[in-house]
Amino acid sequence: MNLAPPLLARYAESLFWMARYLERVENIARLIEVTYTFESPGRESESWYALIRINADEESFSRRHGAADPETIKRFYLIEADNPTSIPAAIEAARTNARVLRPLISTEMWKQLNQFHRELTAIMPSELEGDALSRLSNRIREGVQAQTGITEGTFFRDQSWHFHELGRLIERADQTTRLLDIKFHLLVPYGREQPVADKREERRLAELTQWGAVLRAAGGYHAFRRVAPVEFSPADVASFLLTDASFPRSVRLCLDEIERHLASLRVRHGLGGTLAALEQAEELHALIAGAEMERLISGGLPVGGLHGFLDRLQRGLILLAAHIGTAFFRDWRPLAQEQAQAQ
Amino acid sequence: MDVAAEDPFRGYDPGPFFCELDAARGGDGGAAATIRHRIAALGLAALRSRARAAETDLFNLGITFTVYSEANAIDRILPFDCIPRVITAAEWERLDRGVRQRVAALNAFLDDIYHARQILKDGVVPADLVLGNANYRSEMEEFPVRFGTYVHIAGIDIVRDQEGEFRVLEDNARTPSGVSYVVENRHLMLRAFPDVMSGMRLQPVDDYGQRLRAALTEIAPEGVLDPQVVLLSPGIYNSAYFEHVFLAREMGVPLVEGSDLCVENERVFMLTTAGLRPVHTIYRRIGDEFLDPTVFRADSLLGVAGLLGAWRRGHVALANAVGTGVADDKAIYAYMPRIIRYYLGEEAILPNVETHICREAAGLQYTLDHLDELVVKPVGESGGYGITIGPRASAAELERARAALAADPANWISQPVVGLSVGPTLCEEGIRARHLDLRPFAVTGRESWVLPGGLTRVALKPGSLIVNSSQGGGSKDTWVLAAGAPG
Repeated sequence: MNLAPPLLARYAESLFWMARYLERVENIARLIEVTYTFESPGRESESWYALIRINADEESFSRRHGAADPETIKRFYLIEADNPTSIPAAIEAARTNARVLRPLISTEMWKQLNQFHRELTAIMPSELEGDALSRLSNRIREGVQAQTGITEGTFFRDQSWHFHELGRLIERADQTTRLLDIKFHLLVPYGREQPVADKREERRLAELTQWGAVLRAAGGYHAFRRVAPVEFSPADVASFLLTDASFPRSVRLCLDEIERHLASLRVRHGLGGTLAALEQAEELHALIAGAEMERLISGGLPVGGLHGFLDRLQRGLILLAAHIGTAFFRDWRPLAQEQAQAQ
Repeated sequence: MDVAAEDPFRGYDPGPFFCELDAARGGDGGAAATIRHRIAALGLAALRSRARAAETDLFNLGITFTVYSEANAIDRILPFDCIPRVITAAEWERLDRGVRQRVAALNAFLDDIYHARQILKDGVVPADLVLGNANYRSEMEEFPVRFGTYVHIAGIDIVRDQEGEFRVLEDNARTPSGVSYVVENRHLMLRAFPDVMSGMRLQPVDDYGQRLRAALTEIAPEGVLDPQVVLLSPGIYNSAYFEHVFLAREMGVPLVEGSDLCVENERVFMLTTAGLRPVHTIYRRIGDEFLDPTVFRADSLLGVAGLLGAWRRGHVALANAVGTGVADDKAIYAYMPRIIRYYLGEEAILPNVETHICREAAGLQYTLDHLDELVVKPVGESGGYGITIGPRASAAELERARAALAADPANWISQPVVGLSVGPTLCEEGIRARHLDLRPFAVTGRESWVLPGGLTRVALKPGSLIVNSSQGGGSKDTWVLAAGAPG
């Protein structure tokens, strides 16, 4: 006997996206944190421009603003609600989905999100200046964390929970690859030149500082310290963020969790249609398990080095989300498709 | 401290109107006096700060309706007044019976006009008023509904005149709204004014969702063991979306939009993560004309193609039934006392506001003789269009009304201006008298049940009789005292 209440396909889709957008808000804040940590005198614009490259926003940014300077880039991501990759746009999208989900989510979740939304859509330009920016990104991160905690503590664990978690984990894995990629975008200019011998040590230390900043932005610096060798290399950092089995933002752990949720949907809730998504998750697992970090980091092999590898991961995650969408969110009957297109 | 010196009720004067919190009124076991005393003891400053906090709470909880301006959607709360309106157990007993009687008559009338039309044949209600009514649905003719219930959810608007008599102002038999505020206002009072409520024995309002779900389960097609009930909403952009959410949650049923439903083989399904699942009862919060684009408005994106076909095959139940709008029309309202007598053989427990039917010679004559004292309303229109308020009209306006009446008497009814009852209300200048009305909600499956109390709306502008939220109205918690509450 199946006593589990049915879940509307539209609700499942909204849960997936609400969680994704919230996770995105947190990660944009993390990217901003790492960016201003990287900001070095005389190179501010380059540091901030990395943010645009990570989000593949080169075109839309230059269309709106032309030349890039740090202040414009900060506004682009923290204030401009009509930029779809900004924090205000992400929180707006999360709230619209939450509005759809009000019959399903707890009142506490809605209340917190409602207040958080009001806060994030009223960010003032003065909050982007000097040390205020650090406080702002902290506040944003903590806002999402509060939401995550309320959700953990109040959300009913039927199949809807799994769709929520799938959205959150896919976004998190994707954002971890982007966070890691910031090194590529920032250090490419250095990477091409051959430093003279006595500069090498200086540069190595500078790089380690930056890798440390990436770890801090991911909230994993101390955990990394516990598992990494004393003299860590960039490859150790990349390995940690991609393949560590215990770090909550590692791509590996996200994939483990994704598989667990898909299996639950299949076994506990009797939902077929998870096979394509499960296979895709397995492929991604295999991809990161087989990656040779040293070679990726040192560039060249295999094709595209670390950046190319992360790009493959990102495309794989997009495909994973598409499989879930096809299986559960839409009306897959041929007739319905035709009708939908006719409207 | 000298409480009397700063008695916040000092400026309160109900004038000639009936006061709903009159401590001298009998039958309340001293409740009104206790409430007044407690509110006075709190003082104006505390009242104001608590009222502000309560309204912030409403906003954060999203207990709002949406108003659309040109560019964007703005969430507004229904202004909440923290001084409750009290109904005694005896008053409620009568209101409860009166509302149930009214709903029984509405259902009997609808059943009749869509079948034998005996009341039309007997000349009690003019046939053209019914058959020519824009809300008459020929699709309903000879179609049986379970238990003869057409109006499953009714909201009856009731006012109280200067003598303290409850009178029905309007029947809402389509998709009446506001019940969510009844329940949320109570929760708000419990949170914000536990000291004012302490020890008060009130009839509960918490089981509306259960009662509604039970009724909707009752009316599901026969033979379905565990009917799937859903609430059909126009979606998140509808101004009453919060209420739809509230009702779906209280009932524990999915809130669906038209696009979540489909009809196959004259059966209704909803699209879930596990594929199509059958649906048996639909509480629809969209108008008749949007329900099914293949039958009514072809441009409706809110409805479901084929829904009416599935309904007529008896595979799904709709609440309310299609075509109930003909019964809550102003034209029919005037005949309600006769309709009650005709079907139930009883006098109306809750009288109408005195209404003169101008298509009848006596009604026309009276209206013309007292034009400057009466409100003259056209029967076909809604939303206050074409109304002449005699006491406030100019001589020219009265002449125009007189000419219109003479040209087509059948299009008009007239009523006296009702001096609505008042209740003490927290205003800028202190506690002042403001006019109130009351909308009790009745739920009917096999039988009717009325939620104790209902929505008390309050006209916040001084002297105003218009309680609508769109025109400066707010709401109060409505306290129905439990029977035998200690004095």
